[in-house]
Order: sequence, then C-alpha cells, then structure tokens
Amino acid sequence: MRLCVCVKEVPSSLVSLRLDPDSRRLVRGKGRLNAPDVHALEEALRLRDEAGDGEVVLVSMAPEHAVDALRHGLAMGADRASLIADPALAGSDLVVTARVLAAALERERPDLILFGWESSDSGGAMLWAAVGERLGLPVLSRVWELRTDDGTVWGRRQMEYGFDVVQAALPCAVAISGAINAPRHPSLKGLVASKRTEVDRLSVADLGLAPSDVGETGARTRVLGLRRPPEREHGTMIEDDEHAAEQLIEHLIERGVL
Amino acid sequence: MSPSTLVFVEEREGELVPGSLGLLAKAAELGGEPVALLCGSGVRDLAEELGNWGAARVLVAEAPELDGPLAQPRVDVLAGVLERGGYDTVLFENSALTADVAAALAARLYAGVNWDLVDLRMEDGELVGERLAVGDTVLVDVAWTGEPRIAVVRRGILDPSAEGARTADIESVDVAVDERSTRVALVERSSDRSQKTSIETAEVVVAGGRGIGERDNLRLLEELAEALGGAVGVTMPLVDRGWYPYAHQVGQTGHTVRPRLYLACGISGAVQHRVGMEKSGTIVAINSDPTAPIFRYSDVGVVGDMLEIVPRLTQLIRDRGLSA
Ligand SMILES: Cc1cc2nc3c(=O)[nH]c(=O)nc-3n(C[C@H](O)[C@H](O)[C@H](O)COP(=O)(O)OP(=O)(O)OC[C@H]3O[C@@H](n4cnc5c(N)ncnc54)[C@H](O)[C@@H]3O)c2cc1C
Ligand SMILES: Nc1ncnc2c1ncn2[C@@H]1O[C@H](COP(=O)(O)O)[C@@H](O)[C@H]1O
Repeated sequence: MRLCVCVKEVPSSLVSLRLDPDSRRLVRGKGRLNAPDVHALEEALRLRDEAGDGEVVLVSMAPEHAVDALRHGLAMGADRASLIADPALAGSDLVVTARVLAAALERERPDLILFGWESSDSGGAMLWAAVGERLGLPVLSRVWELRTDDGTVWGRRQMEYGFDVVQAALPCAVAISGAINAPRHPSLKGLVASKRTEVDRLSVADLGLAPSDVGETGARTRVLGLRRPPEREHGTMIEDDEHAAEQLIEHLIERGVL
Repeated sequence: MSPSTLVFVEEREGELVPGSLGLLAKAAELGGEPVALLCGSGVRDLAEELGNWGAARVLVAEAPELDGPLAQPRVDVLAGVLERGGYDTVLFENSALTADVAAALAARLYAGVNWDLVDLRMEDGELVGERLAVGDTVLVDVAWTGEPRIAVVRRGILDPSAEGARTADIESVDVAVDERSTRVALVERSSDRSQKTSIETAEVVVAGGRGIGERDNLRLLEELAEALGGAVGVTMPLVDRGWYPYAHQVGQTGHTVRPRLYLACGISGAVQHRVGMEKSGTIVAINSDPTAPIFRYSDVGVVGDMLEIVPRLTQLIRDRGLSA
C-alpha cells in the first residue's frame, strides 16, 4: 500500500505571523510541520506498520526552506518526501494549490491520501475536497477513527450532531479531524536516516504546468487590502480580592441577567 | 451590476440550518433576487418555507443519493445548475458538509473560493468579501477573478431575516448524479443526531476549559449550571481527553451557542472557541491570566482562580435564590 500524506509548513508561532501590507500575503518565514498534518502522518505510519509493508510519502507545496520541516516527518518514519518548491507558486489560492498537489500526487498513484484537518496559518479546512475532485477520488473528511481492510476504508466522521460512519473503496482521500492519535517522536535512528534521505524536488514545469497557471496569475481569488477589525468595547474587569464572586453577581443583577 | 446569487440552503435532519437562511437576507442586501437551492430527499415541504426568509425562487433537487449529508452528489447538482447559466455567485454557510461541497465545486469549475467570510458587500459593482485572519486580528478584503464566485461564510454569523418574506416560486431541478459521485457510502448514522443538544437551546451555558485542571473539577461547572438552570459547555481539549462528551463542545468543530449568559471558566478564548459563542448575550470570563484573549470579547471579566470563584458563585446563587 502506498500512502501519501499532504503536509504543510506553517510558522512556528502564530504570534509572530504578520501580513505584509505590500504583497498582502502572510509573512511566514521558516516554520515547522502543521500540527494536524503530524497526526495525519502518524495515522499513515500506523497503517503502514500494521499492514507490514507499504510506503509513506510526504507531499508538500512550500518554499524551499520547508525541507527541514519535511525532514522531521522523515525522522518520524516516512519513507520519502516530495517538495514542490517553485518561486512561481507564491500567491497561489485554493484551486491552484489543489491543481498542483493533485498533479504531484498523480505521479505517486497512492492507494490512500491523508490530510490534516486544517492549516493553522490560514486554512480553509477544505483543500482535500478540491484535491479529491481533481483526482476523481472519493473523499472522507473529518475522520476521527480510521480503519482499512482489504481495499475498503471506514471513517468515523464528525458532524455537527455527532458521528456518522462513512465508507469507500481504495484509492481514496481521507482528512482526519482532531488529535486522533499521539504522534511518535523521531527516534535517533530515524533522525540519522532522515539526514541521508533525499527530498525530491518538483518544479511547476515538472508537473506539466506553466508559471502563469500558478501563483497570483493562476489564482481565481484576490486580496484587495488589509484593515484592523473594529475593536469590541472593553468590558468591565474585576480583580479577585476575595469578593469577586459577590461583585460579579451584583454586575449581573445590574445588567438584568440575573 | 448586482450579482445573480444562488444560495445553497442546508437541510439537516429535517430542519433548515439557520445560518444558511441568513445567506438569503445577505444575498438580497447585495442586490438582485436571491435564488435558493435545496438538496435532499423529501424536502419539498421545507422548500415552501424558504420564501419566508426572502428567497424569490427555490430550486429543489430531490434524489435518494441526496438523502444523507454527502458532498459529492451535491457537487453534481450544483455544477448542473450553474452550467445551465444565470448565476455568477454561490453562497454557502460553513459546515462539515458545505466546506467539502464548496471546495470540490471550486475545483470542478476552476472557480475562486473565499472562506471564513464574516461579511460580503458590493463596492463599485464588485463583490468583496471580508475575512478575519491571523487569529481574528486582521480583516482582509478579498475578491474573485472570474465567475462563478464561491463564498463560504463563517458559521453562525448571519441571522435569518423575515423582512423580505414573500411567496417563492418553487421549481424542481433534474438531478443527474454521476456514478463516480456515489462511491462514498453512509453506513451508520449518529444515534444522537435527532436530539437537539441541550447547549444549543440553553439560556445559560457554563463553560469550562483546561483551566479546570482536573477532571473531577467538572463537577464545579455542573453545580453552577444546575444552580442557574443552564447547561455545561466545554472546549475541545476536554473532549479530546475524553473528559466530557462531544455533544457539549463549543466552537468551530463543536456547537454554536447563543445563550443569554455565557460563563467561560478557565478558557483562553482561542478563535476556534470564540466562533461558537461570541454571539451570546452577556459573556463573562473567569481566568487567572489577565492577558487571556477571552477578556477581549467579554462583557465582564474576572481575573482570578476559577476553582475558588465558581463554587462561591454557586453558593451565592443558591443562598440568595437567584435565577437567570
Ligand atoms: C481546526 C481546529 C478546530 C478547533 N475546534 C475547536 C472547538 O470547536 N472548540 C474549542 O474549544 N477549541 C477548538 N480548537 C482548539 C482551540 O484552538 C484551543 O486550543 C482551545 O479552545 C483551547 O482550549 P482551552 O481554552 O480550554 O485551553 P487553553 O488554551 O490551555 O486555556 C486554558 C486557560 O485557563 C486559564 N487557567 C488556568 N488555570 C486557571 C484557574 N485555576 N482559574 C482560572 N483560569 C485558569 C489559563 O490562563 C488559560 O487561559 C480547535 C482547533 C483547531 C486547530
Ligand atoms: N501547501 C500544502 N502542501 C501540502 N498539503 C497541504 C498544503 N496546504 C494544505 N495542505 C493539506 O490540506 C489540509 C487542509 O488544509 P487547509 O484547507 O489549507 O486548511 C492540511 O491539513 C494539509 O494536510
């Protein structure tokens, strides 16, 4: 079984994240693997190890510096990594990203493609549906529990009202939801091996696309400008000096809440 | 020119999802006659209601494949409707179902999709979406290149409005679901899907986060909720640890609540939590960290130890016979 995991590099801290007013893009800098994607990777490693054979391949569209984040995934136990890094990709939107990832995934012919549940920096939590559509694959999303057996995959799917169970035949794309597993830490052996594993580089041209297909020119959405959101009026603050509960109750009575 | 808007109205367990009705009012505000698309099986009666919320026309797609909340057959219906022409904008309210529908539709039509929108407006004849980004600290104005424009509005932002109530024309649309779109099967439905969770209807929600420290302390929240005649809500980490059922989770991947009083105890106020509760009447936060983000959107903030303050509140409410 070949498992591909779509992983994104995100800034290490959202606190330091800012939007560049000129390019109107997020200034991301070097980062780490998106935490939800680490859970997706753990799920892939588990399925590979349970099956006793197979291969886990990381696929990422990101700037060149993401190679270190990918090495972390290799150190956890992924077999290979493919990085689509091309300056032309800057400014790509959802449909472009889906097109690029789908083109890279097509080359791998995976049985199962795994996604995290959201990119922590700007995610729409929906890229999987666009990638699945481009590849013509069934998609199971928001999966809290994943099982495969003899070419079939089952997922316990989180809905607004609780959990449904959905099923599809492989090949299939699955987006996991929530911390459904405890990702392993890289072993020393894994760390050493990860340094030796070549990370494949793919350019836009390698995927049969023209630079104008991707990035800002290929995108179907645009950012017009950035503003500060209106401040919400500051509420009343009460410092606890032993009487906070009493004061709070008086406030709530005054407001007519109690 | 005003847009020709198609509103994807979501039906969930025999009811229309309120936020998706709010899209009809927003579509009317943008100009033009809002048209609703309702997919399901046995949804004709619900379609009749849509005029009350401002739909000028309702397209009803009924087929057995549309019975359960699966995205792909709905993408086929939408693609079919859009192919016949007449619409340049499609609106969704974000949900487990619609996020997948919107993104797959965007990929199929190679159309732009903007998400997490908190508002939409027309500016010089162009549709502009407002999106909150970077932990809601930046408001980004976004637009589309080409048509159709696909917009996904953040959950629980738009309210239905009966202002534009009318009698809608109802039309059936032909449904041609591709064989490839039926490969995901729904093999089991959630057993508690028909019960409205108590937190969605409660007048008071006493919510707790990681600040409760230990599982046993959930009792403190339960006691206060009981004294106030309310329900208990929790943040995602508590559900993740198996400390409390998912039915009580408030936030982006949980429930959207709107009680008269929301008491957030030991909750930092992450944006994913905030979207599930910020429309509550009065928001009270109790947190030991004076810099906790939750204070930025609370009406009353108490800086202190919830493990001491919550039981005192319960005691006072009981002693004084107060109610919400
Ligand atoms: C895709 C996605 C979806 C998500 N969906 C949801 C969702 O639906 N709902 C949700 O809630 N979260 C959701 N989250 C998680 C969210 O980002 C936050 O991690 C979560 O809300 C934090 O929970 P918390 O406030 O309980 O914990 P923390 O952020 O750890 O905050 C605990 C707070 O308690 C305070 N505290 C500690 N001790 C005390 C004390 N004794 N007295 C008073 N205060 C104390 C601390 O100062 C701190 O502010 C989601 C995340 C992602 C990525
Ligand atoms: N640039 C990217 N490269 C590879 N995978 C990605 C990328 N962006 C997002 N993903 C995957 O898609 C999931 C959902 O992302 P999003 O829709 O951006 O919130 C993430 O958890 C990743 O698994």
